[in-house]
Amino acid sequence: MKMNFTLNGAVASWSGPPVTRLAAALRDDLGLTGTKIGCDAGDCGACTVLLDNQQVCSCLVAMGQVEGRSVETVEGLETTDGGLSRLQDAFLACGAAQCGICTPGMLMASEDLLRRSPQPDRAEIEEALGGVLCRCTGYSKIVDAVLAASQAPMPRVSPPAGGAVGARIVRVDGHAKVTGRDRFGADGIPGDALWIRVVRSPHARARFELGDLAPLHGRLAAVLTASDVPFNGFGIYPDIKDQPVLADGIVRFRGEAMVALVGDRASVLSVRDDEVPVAWAIELPVIGIDAATAADAPQVQVGRPKNLLLDGGVRCGDASAAFAGCAAVAEGVFETTFVEHAYIEPEAGWAERVGDRIEIHVTTQTPYMDRDEIASVMQLSRESVRIVPTACGGGFGGKLDLSVQPLVALAAWRLKRPVACVYTRPESMAATTKRHPARVSAKFGCDAAGKLVACDIRATFDTGAYASWGPTVANRVPVHAMGPYAMPNVRSWGEAFFTNGPPAGAFRGFGVPQAAIAHEAMMDGLADRLGIDRLEFRHRNALRAGDTTATGQVLAHSAGLAECLDALRPHWRKAHVEVAAFNAGGGNKRRGVGIGCMWYGIGNTSMSNPSIIRVGLSPAGTLTLYNGAVDIGQGSNTILTQIAADALGLPAAQFALVSGDTDLTADAGKTSASRQTFVSGKAAEGAGQDLRRQILRLANAGADAVLSLEGARLLVRDGAEVRTIDLAVAGPLIGEGTFDPPTTPLDADGQGVPYATYAFAAQMATVEVDLDLGTVKVLRIVAAHDVGRAINPTLVEGQIEGGIAQGLGLALMEEFLPGRTENLHDYLIPTIGDVPEIECILIEDREPLGPSGAKGVGEPGLVPTAPAILGAVHHATGVRATRVPLLPHRLHEAIVAAKGKLQ
Amino acid sequence: MLAGGTDFYPSRVGRTIEEDVLDIGGIAVLRGISATVDGWRLGATTTWSEVIAADLPPLFNGLKQAAREVGGRQIQNAGTLAGNLCNASPAADGVPCLLTLDAEVEIASRMTTRRMPLGQFISGVRRTVLAPGELVIAFHVPNPRHSARSAFLKLGARRYLVISIAMVAATLEIAEDRIATARIAVGACSAVAQRLPALEAALLGAPVDGYLADRIDRAHLAPLAPIDDVRGSADYRRDAALVLLRRLLAGFAA
Ligand SMILES: Cc1cc2nc3c(=O)[nH]c(=O)nc-3n(C[C@H](O)[C@H](O)[C@H](O)COP(=O)(O)OP(=O)(O)OC[C@H]3O[C@@H](n4cnc5c(N)ncnc54)[C@H](O)[C@@H]3O)c2cc1C
Ligand code: FES
Ligand code: FES
Repeated sequence: MKMNFTLNGAVASWSGPPVTRLAAALRDDLGLTGTKIGCDAGDCGACTVLLDNQQVCSCLVAMGQVEGRSVETVEGLETTDGGLSRLQDAFLACGAAQCGICTPGMLMASEDLLRRSPQPDRAEIEEALGGVLCRCTGYSKIVDAVLAASQAPMPRVSPPAGGAVGARIVRVDGHAKVTGRDRFGADGIPGDALWIRVVRSPHARARFELGDLAPLHGRLAAVLTASDVPFNGFGIYPDIKDQPVLADGIVRFRGEAMVALVGDRASVLSVRDDEVPVAWAIELPVIGIDAATAADAPQVQVGRPKNLLLDGGVRCGDASAAFAGCAAVAEGVFETTFVEHAYIEPEAGWAERVGDRIEIHVTTQTPYMDRDEIASVMQLSRESVRIVPTACGGGFGGKLDLSVQPLVALAAWRLKRPVACVYTRPESMAATTKRHPARVSAKFGCDAAGKLVACDIRATFDTGAYASWGPTVANRVPVHAMGPYAMPNVRSWGEAFFTNGPPAGAFRGFGVPQAAIAHEAMMDGLADRLGIDRLEFRHRNALRAGDTTATGQVLAHSAGLAECLDALRPHWRKAHVEVAAFNAGGGNKRRGVGIGCMWYGIGNTSMSNPSIIRVGLSPAGTLTLYNGAVDIGQGSNTILTQIAADALGLPAAQFALVSGDTDLTADAGKTSASRQTFVSGKAAEGAGQDLRRQILRLANAGADAVLSLEGARLLVRDGAEVRTIDLAVAGPLIGEGTFDPPTTPLDADGQGVPYATYAFAAQMATVEVDLDLGTVKVLRIVAAHDVGRAINPTLVEGQIEGGIAQGLGLALMEEFLPGRTENLHDYLIPTIGDVPEIECILIEDREPLGPSGAKGVGEPGLVPTAPAILGAVHHATGVRATRVPLLPHRLHEAIVAAKGKLQ
Repeated sequence: MLAGGTDFYPSRVGRTIEEDVLDIGGIAVLRGISATVDGWRLGATTTWSEVIAADLPPLFNGLKQAAREVGGRQIQNAGTLAGNLCNASPAADGVPCLLTLDAEVEIASRMTTRRMPLGQFISGVRRTVLAPGELVIAFHVPNPRHSARSAFLKLGARRYLVISIAMVAATLEIAEDRIATARIAVGACSAVAQRLPALEAALLGAPVDGYLADRIDRAHLAPLAPIDDVRGSADYRRDAALVLLRRLLAGFAA
């Protein structure tokens, strides 16, 4: 059927089945890929467009209903002369777009509001944007942007040469994000590509045999099974390739891939799962830590006795003996569940065979690891694999593991045609990694003066069916589990067990957020026991420069926790007064204030993780940052440009960017462990300096010479003298920098230098608890973070605010239950109405090793949030949560139980 | 059948839609709210946003409150009253409100139309009494005999886009400062939202004052049969329903 309508003000028509979703028609048929699909179910709002001036989810609108109406998308927002609209400009200027996948939806929802109410207040903004989820920003800067859109446009920060570091320049890749032009994993799929649909296990543990697939072959281009995979195992660690690309007769978690159907898109979608013949032998799954460690537990993987993946710890002093002399001891056991990354962009990508090479365009956090994994799976040389990262619509650790890559690569290789795969939301949630569920048992003791003396911590993790990043979590946690405090006697142990849960992998913090819930509860417990203020107790024990950590590392520099706490102190005192006044009013609501601290080692734990960055100056005068570090929204493209620009001595605005492509850049490692600013940033600094040295040598100029780039001429001003380098003559110039943070291996007692530097932070939360319903509303968060040096304060705040939103979700609402919360309807992440106003305070205690003194901030934002919220709930109600998420029914139950005890 | 599509499409993620679909979204006579001789007619495809925007007496305050709590703004702009009721989710926010408005459902087939009380329309979880070929064309809300007000409260685990853990609705008709008629319903605490006749009876004749909430007794909740699920436990739902009802009634006096 043919529909006629208005599209972004112009006459448009479309033909097809009227039940087709508007989102699909826009993207697939009308070429408008600015409208994003995050769920196809109305839950995320990424697909928001205006229909007759009103915001709707285009994934829920039938094309049949569009006839005669007006549709407006992000592509229609720009001014007629191609400039950004006020609103788009404000999004860019305020840093409201991080990964940018939610941005088109946010813009359209905001546009709907601004047409109705040109000067909205915060409440109206929340109301209007409540239906669009953002997993990156914590919404703060989005609210700022909508408020700013009704004000005079903000002047753009454009620092001169040498002034980029520390400046709030807008994202170098931001324009594409606010116009909908950025190409994410599902946006650039060639029209002639075949599609893959993966058939997945509905069972957590079973053996299976595939029946006759011949009837399917008739309808499809290929049906791939385990036997089609040259090397059917992948995994993060070179020696643990335990996860099959396609299961080979046995499945170990619900959602595991079994068969890949390849064909034209309509055909693969029309094959129902029950048309794929499978004979099942279902077995009782091993669910949870207790089941995995039971004496008679079945083995999840052969060759893994006791289901143990790995264990290890840190030991210093004599914790057991030291407890005897403690004036106060606190103890507790804390449990967390599987948590889903819930990036708004599901896994997506496509591959193409080019001669005897395979090229994969994919949303990823780690192009170089992808390249090596694909080479291994396909048994090709590394050189035969090219990864071209698309824009990445959020990662948070979940796009470090392979997803669509091996499937599209295998199919494209075989069929010699482009092949694409885009996960559905339920598939993304069922099939990809999760945060490790943890059980952390902790015992902490201090002396009468409130100085910490000893701690004993055991952190047990459910690593799911495959190893993934389990070893990283089990290694990192013992180092961090005592918290950011000086502690003479430590025993901390980490262990991870296989279960038939989804593979638990990397998720912002690698297990440290789980451990922080325990150590911060211990801090509150000890402070309360001694009658010391909770903030002052932490201040007394904070690790400071010169202190020795439990691994025997002397922190020579940059340990700014005490400064973070100093910065919070006035807020803390004020909040206590306000909360007491509120509570004096009685009623069924109680307020409380809580505090959480953290430290976080930047980069890999005791393992080499080098980055190489290049800066090139072409004969035509194009200055390019060749950046192998992918920007997953956190802003590394911009940060590295700022650092390289100042190191070189030219303005950041003159840089072009080549990012991630493994054919065009050098390996800058993975975007994880908060390492890109510190490690790749240092390499970018080196690259800028290297290029500068070459230029100065060519010009025979001194170190203080001032550069300026004018077309293909480079002017070098050295004192009164100006020399000109004709780049066309000088030929291409390339500067290279490399950095690998200095660490040492940990010995059997966990002694050594696991990280070159640590970030520190303290956050406080004010909450209001409804005593009758058990609901918690977070009213305000103040976050003080020692980041070494804020290369770009807007981006740093964005990381902190986004981390806080995820920490709030971890504390209060997020629980992934296989088969039950596999969509964004049942799995709840915070909406704009759930994240409070956040005040960020940046402490800059320079790290001499880092670029301009910078450390990292990607993960730290999340770590202290849940402890602060849970501490505030305890302050308000006397209930100490020992299990998160603290859903209303759980808190209610605990409040009722506590009341019962009192009576 | 497809109205606003907000329940239709989410149940069809990642597969082709092959069934025949009747799209009623564009039928003008099914849309909108109008006064009739003996009450109000709410067209089947009236959207939540249209409910919010409509100029209606305090009798409809509860329905408007519910409309503001459905999903987010996009869902309110597309989702319809009939879609909400015909989808027959235990957590459908519209059902308790319309139950307390004593709404009747007008059902049409090619041959005839019939009307039935809403209480008889939803027969179970995601089940209605609609026969094949039938469609809901409107809801009819009778004029109250006395001055009337309604209210609605919803409990969810986050601010927007959230399925109710429990929700409550009440319509009070007031004559000479006393409750002449009370209709109260609770949703998400049983397969189908339930009226609470014992509580309604207990409120008759009561003055609308600060003590109204004290008239509620746990035994009034007998018709509820909540379950444990990912959103909350059965015990919690029962407690929460009680708390919400108390607050709802207290709100009438405020
Ligand atoms: C993100 C999101 C959030 C939501 N939040 C809420 C919420 O907070 N509270 C809530 O109650 N609901 C919520 N819903 C559910 C839904 O939006 C509402 O139930 C809405 O009112 C359904 O109306 P619709 O017109 O979109 O239904 P449709 O999807 O068009 O139809 C739903 C069902 O009803 C049938 N149907 C529709 N109209 C008729 C008719 N006239 N006669 C016979 N059968 C008919 C259809 O065949 C279909 O089976 C949410 C949905 C989404 C996607
Ligand atoms: S894609 Fe439409 S709401 Fe998520
Ligand atoms: S910027 Fe909002 S989801 Fe990434």
